[in-house]
Amino acid sequence: MTAFYVLFLFLPNAAAIEPHLSALQVVIPLLAAPICVVLRDPKLSWLWALIVSWVVFFISLVILGKVLAEGVITYELGGWPPPWGIEYRVDAANAFVLVIVGLIGAITLPYARASVAREIPKARIYLFYLMYLLCLTGLLGITVTGDAFNLFVFLEISSLSSYVMIALGSDRRALTAAFRYLIMGTLGATFYIIGVGMMYMMTGSLNMADLSTLLPAVEETRTVLAAFAFIVVGLGLKMAIFPLHTWLPNAYAYAPSVATVFLASTATKVAIYALLRLVFTVFGGTTLFAVTGVQEVLIILALAAIFAAAFVAVFQNDIKRMLAYSSVSQIGYMVLGIGLATTQGLTGGLVHLFNHAMMKGTAFMAMGAIFYVIGSVQLKDMAGLGRRMPISMAAFLVAGLSLFGTPVTVGFISKWQLAQASLALGWWYIAVGILLASLLAIAYVWRVVEVTYMEPPPEGAPKGEAPVSMLVPMLIMAAATIWFGIDGDTTLSVAQAAAEALMGDQP
Amino acid sequence: MDGLNSFFEPLQGAWQAFEAFMLSEGSPGLFSYWVIIALMMAGFYIVIAHDNLVKKIVGLNVFQVSVFLFYITMAKVSGGSAPILAEGIEQYSNPLPHVLILTAIVVGVATTALGLALVVRIRNAYGTIEDDEIQAIEEGEDA
Amino acid sequence: MSGLLSQLSPAELMELAIALPVAGAFLVLALGRWPNARDGASLLTGFCLFYVVCQLYPVVAAGGRPDVELLDMVPGLSVHLTLEPLGMIFAGIASFLWIVTTLYAIGYMRGHHEQNQTRFYFFFAIAIGSAMGVAMSGNMLTLFVFYEILSISTYPLVAHHGTEEAKRSARVYLGVLLSTSISLLLFGMVWTYVLAGTLDFVEGGLLTRDHIQGPMVGVLLALYVFGIGKAAVMPFHRWLPAAMVAPTPVSALLHAVAVVKAGVFSVVKVAVYVFGLDMLSFEPSTDLLRYAAGFTVIAASVVAMRQDNLKRRLAYSTVSQLSYVVLGALLATNTAALGSALHIVTHAFGKITLFFCAGAIIVFAHKTEISDLKGLGRKMPVTFFCFFLASMSLIGLPPMGGMWSKWFIALGAAEGEMLVFVAILMISSLLNVAYLMPVVLYGFFARPAVHVDQRDNDDHEDHAAHHAPPDHPLLRHLTFGRDGVTEAPVMCLLPIALTTAGCILLFFYLDAIRLFLLPVFGG
Repeated sequence: MTAFYVLFLFLPNAAAIEPHLSALQVVIPLLAAPICVVLRDPKLSWLWALIVSWVVFFISLVILGKVLAEGVITYELGGWPPPWGIEYRVDAANAFVLVIVGLIGAITLPYARASVAREIPKARIYLFYLMYLLCLTGLLGITVTGDAFNLFVFLEISSLSSYVMIALGSDRRALTAAFRYLIMGTLGATFYIIGVGMMYMMTGSLNMADLSTLLPAVEETRTVLAAFAFIVVGLGLKMAIFPLHTWLPNAYAYAPSVATVFLASTATKVAIYALLRLVFTVFGGTTLFAVTGVQEVLIILALAAIFAAAFVAVFQNDIKRMLAYSSVSQIGYMVLGIGLATTQGLTGGLVHLFNHAMMKGTAFMAMGAIFYVIGSVQLKDMAGLGRRMPISMAAFLVAGLSLFGTPVTVGFISKWQLAQASLALGWWYIAVGILLASLLAIAYVWRVVEVTYMEPPPEGAPKGEAPVSMLVPMLIMAAATIWFGIDGDTTLSVAQAAAEALMGDQP
Repeated sequence: MDGLNSFFEPLQGAWQAFEAFMLSEGSPGLFSYWVIIALMMAGFYIVIAHDNLVKKIVGLNVFQVSVFLFYITMAKVSGGSAPILAEGIEQYSNPLPHVLILTAIVVGVATTALGLALVVRIRNAYGTIEDDEIQAIEEGEDA
Repeated sequence: MSGLLSQLSPAELMELAIALPVAGAFLVLALGRWPNARDGASLLTGFCLFYVVCQLYPVVAAGGRPDVELLDMVPGLSVHLTLEPLGMIFAGIASFLWIVTTLYAIGYMRGHHEQNQTRFYFFFAIAIGSAMGVAMSGNMLTLFVFYEILSISTYPLVAHHGTEEAKRSARVYLGVLLSTSISLLLFGMVWTYVLAGTLDFVEGGLLTRDHIQGPMVGVLLALYVFGIGKAAVMPFHRWLPAAMVAPTPVSALLHAVAVVKAGVFSVVKVAVYVFGLDMLSFEPSTDLLRYAAGFTVIAASVVAMRQDNLKRRLAYSTVSQLSYVVLGALLATNTAALGSALHIVTHAFGKITLFFCAGAIIVFAHKTEISDLKGLGRKMPVTFFCFFLASMSLIGLPPMGGMWSKWFIALGAAEGEMLVFVAILMISSLLNVAYLMPVVLYGFFARPAVHVDQRDNDDHEDHAAHHAPPDHPLLRHLTFGRDGVTEAPVMCLLPIALTTAGCILLFFYLDAIRLFLLPVFGG
């Protein structure tokens, strides 16, 4: 209720809060999270989280509109001017990611109520929403901050809360998955602060914009080189870049359905954004990315991820796990966009960030609905599901078609942009790789389609759809998967603005 | 005894040369970094090599502590005093990394607490905290 | 209704031509519980669609190129529709034959007691809608979008029976079509886009020598020709025989008309509007693809001869005939390209007749193997006679339409001094005789072996006991008052007669189509 009060207080003079929007974006969910503990009641805490996430989404939209119209927004936290104080700095790139996170956060919550009530013991439900809001805070914080060390803090807030969310899964393997994620995630974050420390040693600054002007002077030193390596590897762990992805499949497979939907669509995306920000803004003035061979390494790893993970996905019988491997493969596409290191390529990577959030969100939501009804996401239990749960399966089908890049779905837009970007560089073999990998995606998607649509349902199998509260968000996501596949112009132009913002300092 | 000494003699010589190099003018302060790297690698090794989940957490702690030390030594200015304004003191250590690492320590504590809590729950669920045994159990479940 | 339509601009008519089948599909879904209403709705949609397409004809004949932009998909690339003579012809035959096939399908599906008929008509309509989209696409992206929708919407039709074999074949079907289009065609498109900055179809060719020349032209052309898997140029032809597990109306309309013709139509479009005939005839690197098409013509015919299953033989015959069209387009003389466009029309009528006949034989005589057809011609004289006439059209004998298109392709090859292809066409005609005529000869002249007949009768009675023929005047077996004649019912014979008449009429009136198409080929 406090939020209502606060809103009520501020609404009459919207102009007064407008300059603080980028801070409020993070502060609201952060302050709201502990209130879940006070509320305790599952329904109330859900309602609270719902309100907060929609407010957050609304703010992110306002910020995007403002950035696209007026350019970069900066905010000095506590009035301390950068580079001494912490600065929040929003340009087209983070505004775009903010909207992705805000949108997924807002759309997952209406879906969450029924699913969480089914999968998590009643006494722990408020904890789930607490963690949800904290994770949202962390992800938004990573996105909005302009300070390299502050980024680490938010990284850990989001990571710690996601470990807890995963561990709340009903299968006991969720515990080990969370533990392994915790080990890997902590290593990644620690690598990252080692890198930040080294940068600080050489420049005496933690502000990203400041660092980008200071680093070129010392780029020859071994310390900066090491910093660069630690940061790339650390963030690589967080974003599950092949072969640092081993934590991801089990974590996504055994987490509660809602956590999977939320994390799959946002967490890795935000880590990718962080890498982009570090590589292209902080180290943007230096030639390290090209000279050290990181670019080639990223491209090779991306192609390896695209193929190897898709190949493994073909043999999974747990469909959530299959989709998790597919995520690793799709992350490869985004990394590829980074590796191309042209505005076009980055646009492709960024637009895939959004597009993949849509399609994987839809697919995992469908799996959540299926788990809700039949209590399993094993392929063998899914025979005839096309008739037993027509709506959920239709949503899954849309997401599946998008995964292998059928036109009129978002997957096609990303693939088109990436293939075009690599051909424009003359790297035709990468375009070939991108397109060939789609064939593997056809294989793993079609296995599910065949079983669910072409096999008759077993006798006495559970039938009927998930509750409307789950179906509506799922259908909205599925519709977005199609809509932004038809109207790719909108997302591509925003992604292009974001790519230009990132590449802006490049010579 | 003599034989043993003669066996160690070259090693001792090498160590002395190393120590001298570390403390020489040409490489100011690098000694502490070597210590940090040694700690870091030890911690890292424990995380990777040990199957016991508690030991993994301990390894992770060692790894993180090395980074704390890294920040702290980095901020130390030779001859500098604690950053408190006082008469007659011209040189201060840099306070910022010390403050930063306070945050990191808090994060580390939280991680450790969460990790140990998970270990307890894993023990309840699987009856063991040995990673290889858990993996064997899980493979049995998958099949 | 005509009053309503006359107020619509050509652009709106084009949108309607795609929207109608889709709307019809959902109508079918809604009426699924009442089979008569559902089939009626299907038929009605067919008539409406044909009417709409006819309304567009005078516009295009008068030299109009109606154009409508639907939406921006990617910056600089929109989904937009343009109607030009080639597309007009394709839309015309697809929409006309849809009516005929729907008639036939009603008789066939009920006579065969097929399951899931609603799903069948639903995807059938969606497939036609996307075929319309392919026909009217104004750039390569639009074509690709509808091409893929066509592939995916026909998957449930191929897998219709849901048996292990049907699923396996459908997997081959979708696998080949999707993988060629995504890995080759899409690559070619992206490449073209990077070269030219657009994917519009331009008269005289989008690509010029400033964009690309030398051996790369051959590579790009190969990406297109093989990437359009629906054109079934070897080695990407496997899906077509595999698709024969589908119910016969599907084979008839989709795998003799809509799907495969969408493939070769795309190849012709690419040849004419993306590369331009000049570039194709100038660059020596394109030779290789001519040989690939020529090889397919011969090889598929040879394989067809060895097939005993009637539908499979027809499928391989289709593979061979499709490569006529591809070959004609790649010969890149105006005459040959014109011939290949005409062949799309004549082959459509010929092959759909053959499939209709094959379907009638399967449903009403329960025969699928050619060696079992001995003497059946006397039982089903009308069916076999129409089969004979359509075969003549395919072989290229007068007085059937198929003669002209083959003539033009051969003439074009001769004009371009590529005599080896003239020879290929001649040899292939002989092979056509060799694989089509035995069917007719078996049917009319061979004496049924007694024991075969015996077994067949048992079979038939068995079958009849399980599935009594529907008691409706249009669906009842015909006897013509003669002993031993049990023809297919009117619902099947009428479409057969219509398309056979089409084959004959094309012989006399193909020139009208030729004149209509002439502006495309520099006439």
